[in-house]
Amino acid sequence: MAATAKTFCGWCGDDLATGDHSICRKRLSSVDPPRFCPECARRMVVQVTPVSWTARCSRHGERHSPEQ
Amino acid sequence: MTVGAGAPDIIALLREQVLERGQGADEAQVLELLNLGDDRLEELLELAHEVRMRWCGPEVEVEGIISLKTGGCPEDCHFCSQSGLFSSPVRSAWLDIPMLVEAAKQTAKTGATEFCIVAAVRGPDERLMTQVAAGIQAIKDAVDINIACSLGMLTSDQVQRLSDMGVHRYNHNLETARSYFPEVVTTHTWEERRDTLQMVREAGMEVCCGGIVGMGETLEQRAEFAVQLAELEPDEVPLNFLIPNPGTPYADRPVVEGPEALRTVAAFRLALPRTVLRFAGGRELTFGDLGTQQGMLGGINAIIVGNYLTNLGRKVEHDLDMLDELKMPIKALSETF
Repeated sequence: MAATAKTFCGWCGDDLATGDHSICRKRLSSVDPPRFCPECARRMVVQVTPVSWTARCSRHGERHSPEQ
Repeated sequence: MTVGAGAPDIIALLREQVLERGQGADEAQVLELLNLGDDRLEELLELAHEVRMRWCGPEVEVEGIISLKTGGCPEDCHFCSQSGLFSSPVRSAWLDIPMLVEAAKQTAKTGATEFCIVAAVRGPDERLMTQVAAGIQAIKDAVDINIACSLGMLTSDQVQRLSDMGVHRYNHNLETARSYFPEVVTTHTWEERRDTLQMVREAGMEVCCGGIVGMGETLEQRAEFAVQLAELEPDEVPLNFLIPNPGTPYADRPVVEGPEALRTVAAFRLALPRTVLRFAGGRELTFGDLGTQQGMLGGINAIIVGNYLTNLGRKVEHDLDMLDELKMPIKALSETF
């Protein structure tokens, strides 16, 4: 049986399946772009512009804000 | 109006002093305003709005900001997620010039008249000055917008070079009261920051200087800060409210409550009747949508639209719709000189 891949919180970097991430969700929906890669929890290089953001993981590539 | 038989009521007194004569509130008066009860908040906001309309007019100055160099800063400003001395999740990044120009274009499309280029540094080195010069030239070739910079502490030579590049306004926040500054920053002094501001003024650039509310300062220190800013006579005061960012020494500080924040906005307007008073970072957490509107009707006459340096802001269209609903016109570029 294959192991289920973990998904990590973009705000705190912890496993989304454990712990309370309500504060993380609030921050991500209001004032913070994701800082941790959801696939590996590496810190991403984030660039914020007036109307968008991009976040790059060295292993899993670039993500961007939904509007882009 | 007077309260009891003693001294005149502070709001009635300031109505005559600030609204009629344009003389800003002094430190004791600002402190009295900051201590007013919630039952007098509406009255205070109304006066602050009248003062803003009388001495600044109905126009709102709109600005966008961009981080040219993010993270890795050697300073220890306790509120800042970009200090290299804390375990913040913010990683270092440099923006290239095509992206800088694109951000300036995005900002101009909102109707903004000001675009501020910011770098997380103690002061600019030659590499950064070269990048800024190239960036400013590229923006000027592509977009009609005033350019501001915020690059930390400057030498007199750097001040002159930025002025020669056509920088319209220079931002360098004193952040907090002189008496509280050593609790917030230990790697440089309040006086070093003020020295840069004096050189900026002498070189003919506009001075932008504000700070952050909610870093643990007392109300007395908040009043002290308002008056220290007024003494500086800045062209613009950006008012930030602390965003407790993870990894910083202030990560666990509480967000300022809405009524207290609104009292602060109004009190700063009454201390600085003629200054551009800008809503900057943190308003999303502190005020929410309703509080932002109340702030616009309580002394604020400028906003940063869109995102900040490392934090996100409200959607641009939400702020522009709000200004439209409030019948507050956006200041035109021709009105900014």
